[in-house]
Amino acid sequence: MTDKTVLNATHRELGARMVDFGGWDMPISYGSQIEEHHAVRRDAGMFDVSHMTVVDLHGARVRDFLRHLLANSVDKLKVQGKALYSCMLNEQGGVIDDLIVYFLGDEFFRLVVNAATRVKDLAWIEQQAKAFNVAVQERPDFAMIAVQGPNARAKVIGLLHEVDRVRIEKLGRFAAAAAQGPHGVPLFVARTGYTGEDGFEIIVPQEQAVTLWKELAAAGVAPCGLGARDTLRLEAGMNLYGQDMDETVTPWEAALTWTISLDEGRDFIGRKALEAQKAAGVPRTMVGLVMDEKGVLRHGQKVLTNHGDGEILSGSFAPTLNKSVAFARIPAAASGDLRVDIRGREVPVRLVKFPFVRDGKPCEGI
Amino acid sequence: MSEIPGDLKFLKSHEWARVEDNGLIRVGISDHAQEQLGDLVYVELPEVGASVKTGVGAATVESVKAASDIYSPVSGEVVEVNEILSDKPETINEDAYGEGWLFVVKASDRAELDELLSADDYAELIEHEDD
Repeated sequence: MTDKTVLNATHRELGARMVDFGGWDMPISYGSQIEEHHAVRRDAGMFDVSHMTVVDLHGARVRDFLRHLLANSVDKLKVQGKALYSCMLNEQGGVIDDLIVYFLGDEFFRLVVNAATRVKDLAWIEQQAKAFNVAVQERPDFAMIAVQGPNARAKVIGLLHEVDRVRIEKLGRFAAAAAQGPHGVPLFVARTGYTGEDGFEIIVPQEQAVTLWKELAAAGVAPCGLGARDTLRLEAGMNLYGQDMDETVTPWEAALTWTISLDEGRDFIGRKALEAQKAAGVPRTMVGLVMDEKGVLRHGQKVLTNHGDGEILSGSFAPTLNKSVAFARIPAAASGDLRVDIRGREVPVRLVKFPFVRDGKPCEGI
Repeated sequence: MSEIPGDLKFLKSHEWARVEDNGLIRVGISDHAQEQLGDLVYVELPEVGASVKTGVGAATVESVKAASDIYSPVSGEVVEVNEILSDKPETINEDAYGEGWLFVVKASDRAELDELLSADDYAELIEHEDD
């Protein structure tokens, strides 16, 4: 059975090409994936991300629970509305999922987790929540639209009720607030995203999602498919669950060291394993690759190094750069020249720091 | 969907073949195939002089999403390749049955042409594929 978001018929009306995406029937593109990519880099585009799962957590000990559940520290969230990116680990330090957590009240936090991992995430969260007496409530009544690009915020703000505009305009990065949208629609507006551009992720009651989508389109926001979302996030140096990390990979090995908080006295799930791996030496590292030759780096291709083989994780043609880039996991000791085996041809690639693109432009050295 | 030229023959895997006046076989991918693949960003063509066989990958086209093997509709020797594609792979998206051709084969066994689908049969095939 394939799930459909409330915007499914709207995508089809727009002529989207639909694909199965982790059990969801989702638009990959409405025409040209490359044009959609450029629309987000240069102006504003929107994505239906209603397949992602919103989970509300309520309880007197909800903060304690999240201190235990997440590798990043919710203690960084001091102001209501602030958000944090974190991994949720198993006891071995492997990544169960990556998520965003919003601080909405002393007894109320909201998680947004990946679509494909929904079932295992919910089972894990519920299992861990029992000891803290935290109520775990999935919110299938919400749809979610990501509006991204240099002009995204202005276009969204133009649709808000006048009394909300100034407040939402001042909303800081990685923060969220409630606002009233077109026709009085109650919105949860978060200044987060997955494209490397500024913008909002908007949670909206399902029954009003189509109206919001159409109002955004009328305001000049281009509908974009998940194809463009993938090339945008790769250029922006952001991990994709299932491709760049999974339960067999620790955050040390997935370029997510910045999300691990080894704050004193906090016993989060997976901490012991992470500390042990760090002490023993992390065997693998995730790096950025650029290919100057023609061709496309793809998931699963072998990376040849002077210290054994690695593999391409996310790899694609990068429309902003007009060449191919990739993430790869390689032996930590590897250095020097790297090559990728593309259908039997060994092609040289350059090791680079990512992100590959920032503020719509190639980063230095890419 | 653009109209399918009646002089073409097709493989089920969406390659087309056109028998030219000089007897050589020009090969490309169908408009339907380019539409399914999306924006093409790289084409790996065979070398001129290479021999190709039916059922064996002769070229690769890569869209943003994926790489796809291209089969030659007939066996034989590659006598010409479309150099334009190395700089402008999107030519296939723009004109799959014309400027976006891939390579030209001198067939070693012309009877293989009889195995191919007619334009009408191919049209029917992709119609059902969309069901």
